[in-house]
Amino acid sequence: MSEKAQEDTEASTKQFALGKWTRRGFISAGALAGGGLIVGVALRRGDRRDQVAELVADDSDTLLNMWVKIDEAGKITAIVPHSEMGQGAQTVLTQMLADEMDANWADVCFVEAPAEDEYANGPLGKGYLLAGAEIPAALMATVDGAMHQAAKALVQQITGGSLSIRATGIAGMRVAGAAARDMMVKAAAGTWQVPESELTASKSMVMHQASNRVASYAELASAAAKFEPSNKPTLKKPEQFTLMGTDLPRHDIPSKVTGEAMFGVDAQVPGMHYAAIRQAPVFGAKVKSFDAGDAKAQPGVTHVVDLGDAIAVVATGYWAAERAVQAVDIQWTATENDAVSSESITKQFRTDLAKAHSEGTSSADVDYGDISGAFAAASQVVEATYEVPFLAHACMEPMNATARFANGQCEVWTGTQNPLGARHEVAAALELDLADVALHQHFMGGGFGRRSKHDASIQAARIARDTGVPVKLIWSRAEDTQHDFYRPSVASQFRAALDSDGQLLAWDNIYHEKHEPAEAPLIPYNVAVQHIHYTDSSTHVPFGAWRSVDHSQHGFFTEAFFDEVAEAANKDPYLLRRELLADKPRHRKLLDLAAEKAGWELPVGEGRGRGISLQESFGTLVAQVVEVTVDQGDVSVDRVVLAVDPGFAVSPDGLTAQMESGVIYGLSAAMYGEINIEKGRVSQSAFADYPVVRMHDAPTIETHIVNSGEAWGGAGEPGTPGIAPALANAIYQATGTRVRQLPVSRYDLTYRVSEPEELI
Amino acid sequence: MITFRLNGTEQNLDVDPSMPLLWAIRENLGLTGTKFGCGQAQCGACTVHLNGAAIRSCVTPVAAAQGSEVTTIEGLASPEGELHPLQQAWIDEQAPQCGYCQSGQIMSAAALLATNPNPDDAAIDAAMSGNICRCGMYQRIRKSIKRAAGSKAVVGVFEPQAETEELNHV
Repeated sequence: MSEKAQEDTEASTKQFALGKWTRRGFISAGALAGGGLIVGVALRRGDRRDQVAELVADDSDTLLNMWVKIDEAGKITAIVPHSEMGQGAQTVLTQMLADEMDANWADVCFVEAPAEDEYANGPLGKGYLLAGAEIPAALMATVDGAMHQAAKALVQQITGGSLSIRATGIAGMRVAGAAARDMMVKAAAGTWQVPESELTASKSMVMHQASNRVASYAELASAAAKFEPSNKPTLKKPEQFTLMGTDLPRHDIPSKVTGEAMFGVDAQVPGMHYAAIRQAPVFGAKVKSFDAGDAKAQPGVTHVVDLGDAIAVVATGYWAAERAVQAVDIQWTATENDAVSSESITKQFRTDLAKAHSEGTSSADVDYGDISGAFAAASQVVEATYEVPFLAHACMEPMNATARFANGQCEVWTGTQNPLGARHEVAAALELDLADVALHQHFMGGGFGRRSKHDASIQAARIARDTGVPVKLIWSRAEDTQHDFYRPSVASQFRAALDSDGQLLAWDNIYHEKHEPAEAPLIPYNVAVQHIHYTDSSTHVPFGAWRSVDHSQHGFFTEAFFDEVAEAANKDPYLLRRELLADKPRHRKLLDLAAEKAGWELPVGEGRGRGISLQESFGTLVAQVVEVTVDQGDVSVDRVVLAVDPGFAVSPDGLTAQMESGVIYGLSAAMYGEINIEKGRVSQSAFADYPVVRMHDAPTIETHIVNSGEAWGGAGEPGTPGIAPALANAIYQATGTRVRQLPVSRYDLTYRVSEPEELI
Repeated sequence: MITFRLNGTEQNLDVDPSMPLLWAIRENLGLTGTKFGCGQAQCGACTVHLNGAAIRSCVTPVAAAQGSEVTTIEGLASPEGELHPLQQAWIDEQAPQCGYCQSGQIMSAAALLATNPNPDDAAIDAAMSGNICRCGMYQRIRKSIKRAAGSKAVVGVFEPQAETEELNHV
């Protein structure tokens, strides 16, 4: 099924490839108000809204709306506007649609939506194109957060922000499925001349029990398409779900165990050559001059291309291209950042934080209560500075893209988290009309935020244009490591005021580098006086969204510092969290569950430690308890017990897999992850100097799911932020060392510290 | 001319003998299931079998395959198309996420089971720690290997060649 779906995707993108069409004609047809997400567009072959009609492969197909089509044989195809990078979004979104539609799961497949404006999902964040569909409260925070820029641009088709289920799924797929079901019921009611209320639907059939009549969706499809679909169909209650909440095998998995899955790097274009690249090592530098004489003399080399800030070598094979590009003698322009180092950046952060603090120039996330009064009244003040380094995404599949340029039109084959955005950016970079750029989407070998950037696609398109041959550009691992868009290095300073009973009076925090989500630095605890401020301290190192974005640092900062507060208050860190969550029963219940499953009250033993954390991100709560053993300075992470409350787990095993994945991704960063800057450039170049967790150091992860019934949250990112603080807290118990700077590998943990103090 | 058998079929390649086997397989022979991850034998995405042993094809010169049997992920299922027990176990455990590393993971696991049909955790750690999975599916990969090891079909699917030193193992 997945292979077929993939073929369908390829077929539909090919059909879409280079046709011209006018937006005006599309909108005048009246069904797609403002660009995309309306449910219930009924189209058949020959419909003048030709761009959508292309999805209707033959006369037997009826496109019920922008999200689903059904053919005469009863095959139901969901059209999913999200990319697949392993998070299972395409299967789970199809599951949501099929459940509301009462479709027979065995007859359901999906195709990924083509990179067309009609499938832009940026507007979901704003909600104004939803034709009255209600936006879940959980989403509204993100309007100011991850999706804000996307919403403004209106040309995004982004997979990120853990939004697939909670935005597209709830506001798009479920509504579309329910609307399609309604249309089927209306069609049957009309055909049989019976009231709709007497009809039931199940497994792609409509039934009229009183007269013992049954009709399949396939039979009803063309009649159903004549009805105006409802924008606000009645959605099922959880107790009515038949597919949501169950584990269905992911459609993309079979092709991933046979080698058949086509990733961007696997694209094949007739006559294509291969390109390797060397980009300016210092961000912002340009090619000053270069001598490619030796490179051109190498066998197989056909072209050398100056891209302004990079040199690419094109050859008949990738290995020849990569070998040759290393032989190009390149002089780069000097920049004002040529002397910047990690040390100078850290110093700059501290200076800027101190300045913002003393001059009162910071901006407020939270500002309530009398902060100076609280500290004046305190009998104890806890202070600490936390820091995290830059991080690379280090996707398994290095950045790559394949491009063909002919007759003023460009086609790009790649795996991207934002196919529509890629198309727009390539068009802009090559000064082409959007209609002259086609994007063929492939599976992504990891995304994590990195593949929301389109640098490799633009480079490939330019190389193809400049050389006139189709080109597959593949970055080396070193280029991938040194030309990422990085999770920023961030410093965050804390002060906490306690009274003589150990009550937490005030929480004072100042940090720099604010991105998204806006709420990332906030704490869930009931503290009467809170002052959470930020300031700017920009660097020349490119910023990118890295799995969980700002939560990735603030989760560590706030939850690790909280344990310092608990120690000063002479309280158990779990119990103090619990105490300060008295007005948040959902949080408290989840924390209790993690503590109970982990056996929080049990002794851990010499050289071992147990740490806890609680994180709310992307609408989902995650509590983690981590157990470590520290033996002669070596940290082993033995076990992670994780409790997650996403409101409702649409795909419990999918959610579990995302928690496992999020934990390991966060653990790699916490244990080892560190991108350093020397002379303005990245020092690391490979997995050898940018290590990640491997099989032998991966902990056991136990995931416990709570369906609280609250607004549905995301899955892809919420597992990541809580692992670093829980790990740091566990290491403290094991060693007496407070880990305030990541990664853990910076610390010498050989000897137990009896008087807690930072070792570096 | 370099001659070797790829998934049971003889191939003759007129290429630079120092070119890594990975690129010969992907570009000259058109099998893209074997992946490029790092080019330095640090990640395992390019793992294939050379005479039954797991090797990193990104640093193995194609000349090293002369006269040998090379097996890639595409050659792991039976000629009739029946999945190798590891491939089935990977599906049953829903092990892959992005899937990019999984060809290499499965090939490393297959080489392990061919010589050790019932590996314990330490043996799995030793055989699999050269294969990175950035989606972090190690727990599921471990379970998949144990599931497949419990299946009788594992023994006999592979006829490991004479013990070959594993090349380029990290």
